[in-house]
Amino acid sequence: MILKFRIFRYDPEKDDAPYYQSFEIEADPKDRILDCLNRIRAEKDPTLSFRMSCGHGVCGSDGMRINGTSSLACQKLAKDFKESEEVLIEPLQVFRVIKDLVVDMDPFFERYYSVKPYLITRTPPPDTERLQSVEEHRKFEDAIRCILCACCTASCPVNQDKATAGYIGPAALVRAFRYLFDSRDEGREERIALLDNKDGAWGCQTRWMCTKVCPKEIPVTKEIFEIKKRILESKKGKK
Amino acid sequence: MNFKHDIVIVGAGLAGLRAAVECVEEADVAVVSKVLPTRSHSGAAQGGITASIGNEEEDHWEWHMFDTVKGSDYLADQDAVEIMVKDAPRVIYELEHMGVPFSRNKDGKIAQRNFGGHTSEYGKKPVKRACYASDRTGRVVLDTLYDQCLRHRVKFYQEHYVLSLVFEDKKCAGLITYDLSSGELNLIEARAVLLATGGCGRIFKTTSNGFASTGDGLNLAHRAGIPLMDMEFVQFHPTGLYPLGILVSEAARGEGGILRNSLGERFMERYAPTVKDLAARDVVSRAILTEVREGRSFEGGYVHLDLTHLGEKKIIERLWEITSFVRIYLGIDPVYEPIPVYPTCHYLMGGIPTDTDGRVLQDESDAIAQGLYAAGECACVSVHGANRLGCNSLLDTLVFGRRCGMAMKADISKIEHQPVSDEPLEKAKEMLAGLLYHKGYEKIDVVRRNMQSLMMDYCSVFRDEEGLKKELESIRSLKMRFNDVEIVDKGKNFNYELMEAIELGHQLDLAEVILLSALYRKESRGAHFREDFPVRDDTNFLKHTLVFKGQEVRYKPVVITRFQPEARVY
Ligand SMILES: Cc1cc2nc3c(=O)[nH]c(=O)nc-3n(C[C@H](O)[C@H](O)[C@H](O)COP(=O)(O)OP(=O)(O)OC[C@H]3O[C@@H](n4cnc5c(N)ncnc54)[C@H](O)[C@@H]3O)c2cc1C
Ligand code: SF4
Ligand code: SF4
Ligand code: FES
Repeated sequence: MILKFRIFRYDPEKDDAPYYQSFEIEADPKDRILDCLNRIRAEKDPTLSFRMSCGHGVCGSDGMRINGTSSLACQKLAKDFKESEEVLIEPLQVFRVIKDLVVDMDPFFERYYSVKPYLITRTPPPDTERLQSVEEHRKFEDAIRCILCACCTASCPVNQDKATAGYIGPAALVRAFRYLFDSRDEGREERIALLDNKDGAWGCQTRWMCTKVCPKEIPVTKEIFEIKKRILESKKGKK
Repeated sequence: MNFKHDIVIVGAGLAGLRAAVECVEEADVAVVSKVLPTRSHSGAAQGGITASIGNEEEDHWEWHMFDTVKGSDYLADQDAVEIMVKDAPRVIYELEHMGVPFSRNKDGKIAQRNFGGHTSEYGKKPVKRACYASDRTGRVVLDTLYDQCLRHRVKFYQEHYVLSLVFEDKKCAGLITYDLSSGELNLIEARAVLLATGGCGRIFKTTSNGFASTGDGLNLAHRAGIPLMDMEFVQFHPTGLYPLGILVSEAARGEGGILRNSLGERFMERYAPTVKDLAARDVVSRAILTEVREGRSFEGGYVHLDLTHLGEKKIIERLWEITSFVRIYLGIDPVYEPIPVYPTCHYLMGGIPTDTDGRVLQDESDAIAQGLYAAGECACVSVHGANRLGCNSLLDTLVFGRRCGMAMKADISKIEHQPVSDEPLEKAKEMLAGLLYHKGYEKIDVVRRNMQSLMMDYCSVFRDEEGLKKELESIRSLKMRFNDVEIVDKGKNFNYELMEAIELGHQLDLAEVILLSALYRKESRGAHFREDFPVRDDTNFLKHTLVFKGQEVRYKPVVITRFQPEARVY
């Protein structure tokens, strides 16, 4: 099939402003959009820049907007698009564009790190493993699928709004959830202190965009809701 | 710009990060990675990590050792294997204590499952030895180690591409990096440099490896005069998703999946009567391609991996990721339909020769290359010999990554920073300018695709002298064409075209080393199968290949301690 693309281009080294460029290539219906972008680089314009690594939805490199929706280019197939219409490719929102589809991920990883994404324990570990039941494990199992692709954070209306852009965003909260609900973790109080504020869990206005776009089908909004519940529970417990 | 650290680690996969965590308390450590750290290919590992912790059934390190040695077709160095399998339980508990969310069994302990070639009582029956987190084990271990690195303030030079190693007075004194985001060159001086740059599967057309697996570190060492060991041993994983090559983890067979040919036969019964679908990978890959050759495959040359009898619950719980790939890429639901699979290039057993503490060895007398270390897939200790068993690689990265960290920590007290001249930086500048500004007309993509097809056709699962010789010539002429490659992008901002050109240069050099090693090994052992020499020849070839700069081929003996070579049947 012939597939048409309209791609966001911007290289601050030489462009005064971003612009869109159209390409047309021959694609197999089973090709990934990532394959198509690589073909554009190989056959039409080698200066097009985007990140990629695994090619099959496990590394989180190639989050971008495809026809307006944040997705992984390696998870979308040519056959899902119409030959008659241009496929619109743009960088993720919320983040600063460095070049073409490459955005600055530093702020994303800083916020991610701010939720203390590691197991906090006080009791010394046993000689073998800490025990955890299958049910306890299941509580946070969805969250460990996260590949930090930032599709959710980039699509969140709260993060997009300049007035509330300080919100740490759904991806960081998914990681916070993963530790808050891990039965082995002993850092509940410090975690809750970190999350219990307007730019933490309360920043979320339950608008579901994150859940809709997550390529790993993580129930993001629900997990944020669970965090809120746990904050309230722990406050009640203290009174 | 110039930077200086005690220890510089190239690679943010499991090997590099585990080493960093080990030495960051006592030394100033930096990690350089061409991709953002969490995008490293270790994150794609699915199936698990082996250790004889015996949570499901009786197991012993001696059994694990035997299986690994037998799996290696007796080419692994047994002293190194013994270190690895004895250390495995500690590795697993350490990861668990760091927070790795392993899947659990009904006792709340770490769950374990079957993997190819892992058996109890020295080959009697399959044993559950692989510890896992569903089918995203690499992802969660990589994330956990990355978080530990952040917590301990390891310095990251991310999206920096290492162009060359710097040697002064025969000691490795640092490296030159190209900053992808600015196009600037940096000299990073170090007292110890660790190469943990992963594999080179992208040399082949069909591969489970990510785009970054271009073997840079292997060739950086080789260009600096270090020989490469056992490079003919390239593993083809039996179950790549047809036609993409994406991995369908052996966990699928570990959980009970069955391979079937176009007649519906469970053909592995014929090739490995005892353990059947759970035989070592080289055996299963050859079996599949034999079925294809003999006309019992599906059109296009693939067989079926059947999970339909496992039931939806088990499939979703233990094989979520692969179910998702199959649904997305083929529109097939593995709960109800078999998965089309064929062998895909997966892992490099060979690599940079090291001792059991990761120190790089520069010749067959085991002389140490001062200041240079290697760990992970780019290193060859050798624990995998001629064929690696499933789930032994993550173990390798973690055991030897840590040991390497300990060795560097100890060694740097004896190594001073070497004064570095301007020469390496100037040379790197010249190299880049040469690539960017000479008049060329060849396209990177065309040369690369040619190389990938050639390697697939003549140097994959089945090989013979005629094909290898022919291909060697073709690769050499591709190298000439590579000299005329044109780089259109002259920019400094994320110039991936330039990076890929440099990678291609490495890939072509490595292809040649692989071909030479394969041509000289006139026997069949593990993953290296020569149709013109179809049997193992211990009299002449129970030895490691070393290819030196200038393509000189030499050998060194295998360390055999507990298990004498025997016929290898599964
Ligand atoms: C799909 C798949 C599934 C697998 N599943 C399993 C499994 O279940 N169990 C198991 O034991 N093994 C498995 N393996 C094998 C195992 O995952 C790898 O062998 C292992 O992760 C390699 O780790 P590493 O640290 O050596 O390198 P990698 O994780 O590949 O990391 C390489 C690093 O080097 C950096 N790098 C490379 N070149 C340069 C350069 N020039 N400049 C700067 N940085 C550079 C990269 O950026 C990256 O950070 C699997 C492999 C694949 C492909
Ligand atoms: S549910 Fe919350 S986090 Fe998700 S998009 Fe909506 S506001 Fe953002
Ligand atoms: S939660 Fe989903 S969308 Fe958000 S970073 Fe993780 S994988 Fe990506
Ligand atoms: S390239 Fe890794 S997620 Fe798409």
